[in-house]
Amino acid sequence: MVGASLAGLSAARALRSRGFDGRLIVIGDEPHRPYDRPPLSKEFLAGTASEADLALEHDDEDLAAEWVLGTRATGLDGRARTVRLADGREFRADGVVVATGAAARTLPGTEGLDGVHVLRTLDDALALRAELALGGRLVVIGAGFVGAEVASTAYTLGLDVTLVEAAPVPLAGPLGEAMARVVAELHADHGVRLLCGTGVRGLTGRGRVQGVRLADGRTLPADTVVVGIGARPCVEWLAGSGLALGDGVTCGSDGRTGIPEVAAVGDCAEWYDPYAGGHRRIEHWTGALERPDLAVAALLAGGASLPAVPRPPYFWSDQYGVRLQFAGHADAADGVTVEEGALADRSFLAVYRRAGAPVAVLGMNRPKPFTRMRRQLAAVGI
Amino acid sequence: MIPACRLADLPRGEAHRLDIEPPVSVFHTEDGELFAIDDTCTHQDASLADGWLEGCAVECPLHASTFDLRTGAVGGPPARLPVRTHEVVVEDGTVYVRLSAAAPGPSPCVTSRPVRGLA
Ligand SMILES: Cc1cc2nc3c(=O)[nH]c(=O)nc-3n(C[C@H](O)[C@H](O)[C@H](O)COP(=O)(O)OP(=O)(O)OC[C@H]3O[C@@H](n4cnc5c(N)ncnc54)[C@H](O)[C@@H]3O)c2cc1C
Ligand code: FES
Repeated sequence: MVGASLAGLSAARALRSRGFDGRLIVIGDEPHRPYDRPPLSKEFLAGTASEADLALEHDDEDLAAEWVLGTRATGLDGRARTVRLADGREFRADGVVVATGAAARTLPGTEGLDGVHVLRTLDDALALRAELALGGRLVVIGAGFVGAEVASTAYTLGLDVTLVEAAPVPLAGPLGEAMARVVAELHADHGVRLLCGTGVRGLTGRGRVQGVRLADGRTLPADTVVVGIGARPCVEWLAGSGLALGDGVTCGSDGRTGIPEVAAVGDCAEWYDPYAGGHRRIEHWTGALERPDLAVAALLAGGASLPAVPRPPYFWSDQYGVRLQFAGHADAADGVTVEEGALADRSFLAVYRRAGAPVAVLGMNRPKPFTRMRRQLAAVGI
Repeated sequence: MIPACRLADLPRGEAHRLDIEPPVSVFHTEDGELFAIDDTCTHQDASLADGWLEGCAVECPLHASTFDLRTGAVGGPPARLPVRTHEVVVEDGTVYVRLSAAAPGPSPCVTSRPVRGLA
């Protein structure tokens, strides 16, 4: 297992529960045992969850694995199935699961400026949390899920928050424009400014950030800046491995790669998605939790099993006390209708249909009907 | 014994939540069996009555941990702790719950509940 986070841990668990009793090595470049990332922008950032609450392993769990932590993998020889580490060590394995996830994109030219943060790791969250505790003005660049959650948490902590988003409507890709607009209104509901269709030219300040210069010439004063412009798959180390690399490691619909003994799972992998009719990199927690079992089954079967089909992608987000849940593919739909509740109440179920069949569903504070509709999503190609 | 609902009002495949502290839910399985467990997921603040009932297990509506209705045991991550189970009694068409004598578990650490807005 290369990558010691949710996908790597889930793969290790799947191997053991499927009866693999050989040597299990988990390599990770972070010094920490697997921890949960979603709280990093929510409860942990707000200070209501502790580091211990983030642990992904059970207290009495024993996978009988060897944990090689704090060391980066720098290369994979796919044919020889050898993983090279930055400290010079090499591990030869019968099977390799690539689970190196994704890393936050940074804004070029902002390195070394104090007060500028990204949020991906526990260490990022500790640094940002300490800074938010000082209060002041926060500018969040990028109003995707992580950016929106940071804004929401900072708002509850009492900061003066502004979000800057390059697209005319944030999240229009995953949610479709109509519903993305409704979700974006959550910011305005709480008096948090959201500037859309606004590019960022650069940051001002020497040593420490003082402001965000916008493409339209304005400068927003800032004591702290969070750059939330997405994540890129951590696959540079796989150059020359023999694996096909697109937007992440290119895989079949069960995580198999072109090398039968190598599978890829989680945020670093683009699986073939039969619902979408193409390869899609899914950056959601539930995918990193559930899909490794399919990949491990394929790995253990040595290519002999039939490809399984994963459930449609699902994610949740908590913003301003509103629980958002989404499943399926919005871009497969020919229309979306509110089938329960009301948009204005911030409590509704919206169903995306194609020729009448549900292909995606969005819920705000409606977990029960959401779960039922999620089960009914049709496997319709786009 | 706490009265929960009329059996006729709880179709198979459905759940009924009792708003007591901590909340308890009665599940009526497709096979016609009745079970009661603590309603709050031990991972975070989700109501298991809102979850998906399959056989003798309920799947949490948020992050999909499953709980065995017969034993309360967790079937898979992310939840780590079991829920309590309670006895169900049906008398004259009314469903009653006899609460377990076990102390309620450490409810999902207050700490990992979703951040609520200030308003
Ligand atoms: C702040 C935040 C909030 C989120 N909130 C939600 C949410 O509300 N809902 C939701 O569905 N999803 C959410 N997500 C997404 C979810 O956390 C990810 O989908 C999930 O963590 C993916 O797991 P992974 O194991 O594939 O990758 P990661 O968690 O990224 O783990 C990959 C690990 O591999 C390590 N690694 C990378 N390269 C190497 C190398 N060369 N050698 C060794 N180790 C390496 C990394 O350091 C990391 O520890 C959130 C993510 C973040 C960052
Ligand atoms: S709240 Fe139930 S699994 Fe997370």
